[in-house]
Amino acid sequence: MSLPKLLRALVYIAAGLTFFSVAFIILYILVQGIPHLTPSLFALEYTTENVSLFPAIVNTIIIVLLTLVIAVPAGIFAAIYLVEYAKKGNRLVAMIRLTTETLAGIPSIVYGLFGLLFFVTKLQWGFSLLSGAFTLAIIILPLIIRTTEEALESVPDGWREASFGLGAGKLRTIFRIVLPAAIPGVLAGVILAIGRIVGETAALIYTAGTVARLPKSLFSSGRTLAIHMFALSSEGFYIDQAYATAVVLVIIVLGINFLSGFIARKLTKGQVR
Amino acid sequence: MNKFELRDVNLFYGDFQALKNINLDIKANKITAFIGPSGCGKSTLLKTLNRMNDLVEGCRINGQILLDGQDIYGDIDVNHLRKNVGMVFQKPNPFPMSIYDNIAYGPRTHGIKKKAILDEIVEKSLRDAALWDETKDRLRKNALALSGGQQQRLCIARALAVEPKVLLMDEPTSALDPISTAKIEELVLELKNDYTIIIVTHNMQQATRISDETVFFLLGELIEANDTETLFSFPREQKTEDYITGRFG
Repeated sequence: MSLPKLLRALVYIAAGLTFFSVAFIILYILVQGIPHLTPSLFALEYTTENVSLFPAIVNTIIIVLLTLVIAVPAGIFAAIYLVEYAKKGNRLVAMIRLTTETLAGIPSIVYGLFGLLFFVTKLQWGFSLLSGAFTLAIIILPLIIRTTEEALESVPDGWREASFGLGAGKLRTIFRIVLPAAIPGVLAGVILAIGRIVGETAALIYTAGTVARLPKSLFSSGRTLAIHMFALSSEGFYIDQAYATAVVLVIIVLGINFLSGFIARKLTKGQVR
Repeated sequence: MNKFELRDVNLFYGDFQALKNINLDIKANKITAFIGPSGCGKSTLLKTLNRMNDLVEGCRINGQILLDGQDIYGDIDVNHLRKNVGMVFQKPNPFPMSIYDNIAYGPRTHGIKKKAILDEIVEKSLRDAALWDETKDRLRKNALALSGGQQQRLCIARALAVEPKVLLMDEPTSALDPISTAKIEELVLELKNDYTIIIVTHNMQQATRISDETVFFLLGELIEANDTETLFSFPREQKTEDYITGRFG
């Protein structure tokens, strides 16, 4: 077989493998989980009989929103500084880059232990949604900064020049021209971050805890869906319900993806890109 | 009457000297063309006139540039300077928003909020840029859907919307087809009555067609400045003659 043909075959095989492994996992989860999606699984109150996942859904939503509220503005502003304000070859910028890249490479259990020592113990927030959200915010911050930086850098300089050329200042140029044009890229980063938050367990066990009740406040401990799954399957009694939980988790993640795609289209309505 | 007066202007990018001791008067309500081969400093000089070079890291400038007698590198508001000295770029660069919002961006920047006034400015600017008839029914459509030539006229309209006194044009037709180029040239000739126009061009025919004054640059030096007819018919300098007769460049 000639080399181009061989390469093409490899490309097709790789694409096929990717598709079928994802399809297989999702199908497997659905087959295993859907029969066990009983109404009692969505009961308001968790008991050892119904192992309701409803509190976990609520906790997941709270943690996602709280984490985004903390990390997204900070990440976007950091990226704006790095791309629009910092001079090239600036020492501080090199340090920030190095730090964010290092942060991105640390295993999440390390963040969990840090959260336990700092937020839970030192700041005395206890096992709480707040401790969990702050810990996760540190985890996703590099991701938000990096994707926002890339989005800002991909905005053509011609638009900046045009704006300055009309007598607009730096702030107006950034907030009226550059940032709106970068929104789709920023959103892509936010979606990735949501995926990371929803799937995170190690960092949350030591910070948000594993209590399976509805939270009373942000200082309540609470388990997210991923931790709920982990708890159910590690206890060993409720494997079927763990699969049912996985079905719900997959549906939520797909839902978030579609929703953010929809928002991105709304925000960039009329833009030819 | 002189709009700009440049006195001993030197400009450096880091260690590289891009402009050497430029002395030049630019007359009001005339079209002045900057010509010369690539890298001769003509675009650089253009960008010093509205301080766009401020955005380039490592750019230093000395000497004096007076606009209506006032030193633009002295104690002035840069944004106000750029409002008065508009710019049209080499590549059409409309914002990714509607035609209307593109034109209204400048006036809004300078504090005009009333819709009736903005409507008026948008219509007048588009008319002045000879784009009104083509766009009046689709002002809310995205500007990036326009053709290249229309986009460039939109950029001219956008520049006119903040009522500048001077219009700087950096090779405004180099990315356009001949028909669009002809339209822009026609437009520039009409705008001459109300604005001082400085146009950088690679195209010597374009300079002879539209400009009143021509300035020839070579390697960062001003070689010759004269009225266009004289410069092209009876160049004083050998280098000018060599360039306009196509011996280099």
